[in-house]
Amino acid sequence: MNPSLSEVRRKPRRRVPLAGLVGAFIVVFWLVMAVAGPWLAAHDAGGVASDAVFAPMSAQYPLGTDYLGRDMLSRILNGAPYTIGVALAAVLVASVGGTTLAMFAAAAGGWFDAIVSRVVDTMLSIPHKLLALIIVAAFGSSVPFLILTAGIGYMPGAFRIARALAVNVQAMDYVQAARARGEGLLYITCREMLPNMLRPVLADFGLRFLFIVLLLSGLSFLGLGVQPPAADWGSLVRENIIGLSEGAPAVIVPAIAIATLTIGVNMAIDGFAGRKRRGNGV
Amino acid sequence: MNGQTLRLIVNRLGVALLTLLAVSVVVFAITSLLPGDAAQALLGQESTPELLAALRQKFGLDQPAYLRYVHWLGGLLAGNPGNALANGLPVAQLIGSRLPNSLVLAAAAAAVSVPVALTIGITSAMARGSLYDRVVNVATVWVVSVPEFLIATVAVLVFAVKLRWLSALSRIDDIATFGDFVRAYAMPVMTLCCVIVAQMARMTRAAVIDQLTSSYVEMARLKGVRPVRMVLTHALPNAVGPIANAVALSLAYLIGGVIIVESIFNYPGIASLMVDSVTMRDMPVVQACAMLFCAAYLVLLTTADVIAILSNPRLRK
Repeated sequence: MNPSLSEVRRKPRRRVPLAGLVGAFIVVFWLVMAVAGPWLAAHDAGGVASDAVFAPMSAQYPLGTDYLGRDMLSRILNGAPYTIGVALAAVLVASVGGTTLAMFAAAAGGWFDAIVSRVVDTMLSIPHKLLALIIVAAFGSSVPFLILTAGIGYMPGAFRIARALAVNVQAMDYVQAARARGEGLLYITCREMLPNMLRPVLADFGLRFLFIVLLLSGLSFLGLGVQPPAADWGSLVRENIIGLSEGAPAVIVPAIAIATLTIGVNMAIDGFAGRKRRGNGV
Repeated sequence: MNGQTLRLIVNRLGVALLTLLAVSVVVFAITSLLPGDAAQALLGQESTPELLAALRQKFGLDQPAYLRYVHWLGGLLAGNPGNALANGLPVAQLIGSRLPNSLVLAAAAAAVSVPVALTIGITSAMARGSLYDRVVNVATVWVVSVPEFLIATVAVLVFAVKLRWLSALSRIDDIATFGDFVRAYAMPVMTLCCVIVAQMARMTRAAVIDQLTSSYVEMARLKGVRPVRMVLTHALPNAVGPIANAVALSLAYLIGGVIIVESIFNYPGIASLMVDSVTMRDMPVVQACAMLFCAAYLVLLTTADVIAILSNPRLRK
């Protein structure tokens, strides 16, 4: 059933499977597009290029046109910074915030750990989409608030995972030795604990990015995310939804763009970090 | 059930109640943190300081936050969460008229997805490593990682636009026969199921494989028990706990899915009521809907934990 031990020993460096490389390629491609997309776009974001609305794919408009006759390819390239950039900023808030809190909670222990853990438990019993809806209802959906909304929503999950890792790591002899030497909390967390929990934390970072992309495009699809005239891929699906009855590519193409990004991230994580901890949306 | 089990369960229920109380604090704090309040929203451009003060007094907004919280919580518990700002109707009435619709949708999705997911999960665990298992594995990961609205739009494109079997919006007012029911609910239920089935099948597969790799199953295999019998009489009874846990957890994800699905199919349920209220910033409705969803979510999570406690053979007598 399980691979024999000798086989594992003979190949200490596991080769990254093809799917992992393909995934990594897709992710890098979209990351480049998030920066370079708006420059590569043939038409500017709001410019009406054609008289034909919901035009099919053609040589001139590779992905068709939208409900105002705008070039879909340009719309998607211009939307990439919103979909990818906002999600990236949010996942940085979630993961860096969650991991830092977790390391300090595990290293400090006592009442600080107890209070943070209780707050996190409470936050985890509110579904992410619901928390996002409540925050948007109260604070509106400007880009900074969207980043904070998704970042705060996914921070408790990052905290949970990082804390479980940190509690194990801080029981290690070298951390105890550092404590005995009288090192400060900052030195222990950054120099002793962080390097030894980085790999799983990075895998979790990728998964969390994926969930945040889904959450934010879901919000935009509901009209509660990125607001016009700016548009991320979720808003593109929303604004073109009336073209669905004509089978216009403008509806389905942005949704497929999101799917390639999220599936690419998934394949990359599988390839590089192994098939552990998977998709419970924590 | 012995004393220890009972204590664990009572403990778990107590924790759930306390969590719900904490959640209500969070919901209330977020929705009333901003200085702009209901009185201001209602008056809009016409507000003068005197009018504003009068209206605030009428709504009780001049009281300190903790008093308003207690007042709000009391209203919720008494089944009277106030009036909607948009049309002045009682929130309880708005929710009451839509709650049955959402429950029917959720029940239909659960009734379809649980048997499908369990079948897929158990068979793929039995055929572990086969082509079927690998296809299921890849497919479930992909379905979990695409947005719900992609599944919904593809479903509409295929079944309503190309094949013309179903209508793109679900009209549930004029359902007379079972056929009407199926036609109205097919697409929302299908979209919801895609997401939960993938989730549930993965967890079921993991639970069964966990049992299949244990030493008592290996013993049974060495005795020469046939594979089907081995799964049905040896592994499954021990996997019932984890599987039931997986079902309850997956159904909790219905709550996230239902928000998108009700909006896309224009289905008159609680989730679309909440999304509309968020758009209009109708706080009393948002708060009440949020608490309703959180309560449902906590009930499912708690059920999952209680099942896990009950199915632990070490606690059985």
